[in-house]
Amino acid sequence: MASKVIQALYNDDDVLMSAVKRVKAERHHIEEIYTPFPVHGLDKAMGLAPTRIAITSFLYGCVGLTVAITMMNFIMIQDWPQDIGGKPSFSYLENMPAFVPIMFELTVFFAAHLMVITFYLRSRMWPFKEAENPDVRTTDDHFLMEVALHDNEDQLKALLVETGAVEVKITEKH
Amino acid sequence: MYTFSNRLRTAAFVLMIVGALGLVYGFFSAPSTEAEAMAMVADAHHGDDHGAATHDAGAAAEHGQDAHEEAGHGEEAHGEGTHAEEEHGTSHGEHLLHQLQNKPWAALYVSAFFFMMISLGVLAFYAIQRAAQAGWSPVLFRVMEGITAYLLPGALIVFVILALSGFHMNHLFVWMDPEVVAHDELIQGKAGYLNVPFFLIRALIYIGGWAAYQYFSRKFSIAQDTASDDSNFKKNFRISAGFLVFFLVSESMMSWDWIMSVDPHWFSTLFGWYVFASMFVSGITVIAMITIYLKSKGYLEFVNDSHIHDLAKFMFGVSIFWTYLWFSQFMLIWYSNIPEEVTYFVTRIEDYKLPFFGMLVMNFIFPLLILMNSDYKRLNWFVIMAGIVILLGHYIDIFNMIMPATVGDQWFIGIAEISGILFFAGLFIFVVFNALTKAPLLAKRNPYIEESKHFHY
Repeated sequence: MASKVIQALYNDDDVLMSAVKRVKAERHHIEEIYTPFPVHGLDKAMGLAPTRIAITSFLYGCVGLTVAITMMNFIMIQDWPQDIGGKPSFSYLENMPAFVPIMFELTVFFAAHLMVITFYLRSRMWPFKEAENPDVRTTDDHFLMEVALHDNEDQLKALLVETGAVEVKITEKH
Repeated sequence: MYTFSNRLRTAAFVLMIVGALGLVYGFFSAPSTEAEAMAMVADAHHGDDHGAATHDAGAAAEHGQDAHEEAGHGEEAHGEGTHAEEEHGTSHGEHLLHQLQNKPWAALYVSAFFFMMISLGVLAFYAIQRAAQAGWSPVLFRVMEGITAYLLPGALIVFVILALSGFHMNHLFVWMDPEVVAHDELIQGKAGYLNVPFFLIRALIYIGGWAAYQYFSRKFSIAQDTASDDSNFKKNFRISAGFLVFFLVSESMMSWDWIMSVDPHWFSTLFGWYVFASMFVSGITVIAMITIYLKSKGYLEFVNDSHIHDLAKFMFGVSIFWTYLWFSQFMLIWYSNIPEEVTYFVTRIEDYKLPFFGMLVMNFIFPLLILMNSDYKRLNWFVIMAGIVILLGHYIDIFNMIMPATVGDQWFIGIAEISGILFFAGLFIFVVFNALTKAPLLAKRNPYIEESKHFHY
């Protein structure tokens, strides 16, 4: 099914924000918004669900901590408990202060890197990814709102022009 | 304008009276002769064993070990008691007598310092907010000014205790005892810095500097309410920047003088920062708690949950900063294990196992897990709960700094210690809330006040 979308271009983020609120109030579905920079409150105005990436990061940090503890407990305490400079390698707890820097760093390492990778996966970003940009001006100074069309072209067009769009066009959804 | 509720005022007086009675009891129950001290310890050791048994009920394995150790100690003490006529007996008795006589003094000193430190931490936070021209916090300035009103009386009480030590009313500071110094070359070598007149003069300089900044910043802040230009605001900015320089130096030296010198054989270079982190996080916690209290009573309608969120973020971040410094100090000394430094932690881990590691749970693990979630930082009861644990944890932190050097293994959180907390808590509440009634709770004409009122995170 070849679905059509209507694209409205704005040249000011305040105008965009009020347009989003208006379009939401008229109960039209906003497919996507392209902006050159983060617009504060846009996600709230669009009604997007809050991100859960911080929760994944916490869990990854727990994994990192576990890896660090298991690794050093095996290497330093279980496998070959040598006397290195008089450090007490009888149990993990007794020698723990020496392991804390590694425990900390691995926690941060796992939390940070796995969270970034999660972000890339969830936002579908990779080096040879083809850019999905309906209009090159949206990376510079224009804002673009994409609204789904359901045989209501004229009404939607009038609404978007009324909200301050500088340009309105109808295209096939790529 | 805030009006001091009669119930709170009564509560403050009740706390002060109960605390004062408990402190007096503490002083009367201290032994006056060596024989009395020996008898007290012989009795108390049974009690201690029971105490330890109920305390550590959770950690079964460790607890068994502890109980054995303490039983061992008990036998040792009994053994020494029976051989009291031998060479060891007299010095042991004298040592015990000093420790037990120090107990009420140390309880008084720890509490007095703890509440003074909260006020000083708030003053540092206030100066930072002014110097950084923070846009979110001006609506909290009057709350902070109210809390810092306790600084001068609180610091003077600490000064009186220090002066009484200087006049040999107690043995809190071992380097003040000429007999000890006569036989101790290490302390003799430090006598150029650690001598009573210079010590007291230094204390007066710190207190004078802090109180002067507190007085003038409050004065300019209130003058700004009715001024026609921003000159008072600018003056406040300048003196805040100047104060922060003075504070960093004086706070560091204060921590050497008032805390580190109870262990005159021991030294640590990051000690000043460590004490600072403790006072800073306690101060921020008290700002958050008093703000939440006043808001719940309807006095701060311009404070929203984003302000509480910011304060809770500071509580979280500075708790971790404190832990970082605690661990840096502990781990460097543990790792290198140099005898003259490591005794500090050996005595603490042997005699203070529960408070020493317990405070780490209260000051680090608890706030870390509770205050990590962004939504929880906006819930008032979460912040209050975390705040209570953080404050108790930092009381124990100061307890762990002072007690091992002054009362050694004779510590107990008993009537004198709790009464000390109650007395100073009552005094603190009375002074702070009394100061809050003196000026409107919203600073007017502050250039950032509108931004602060609409602060949103």
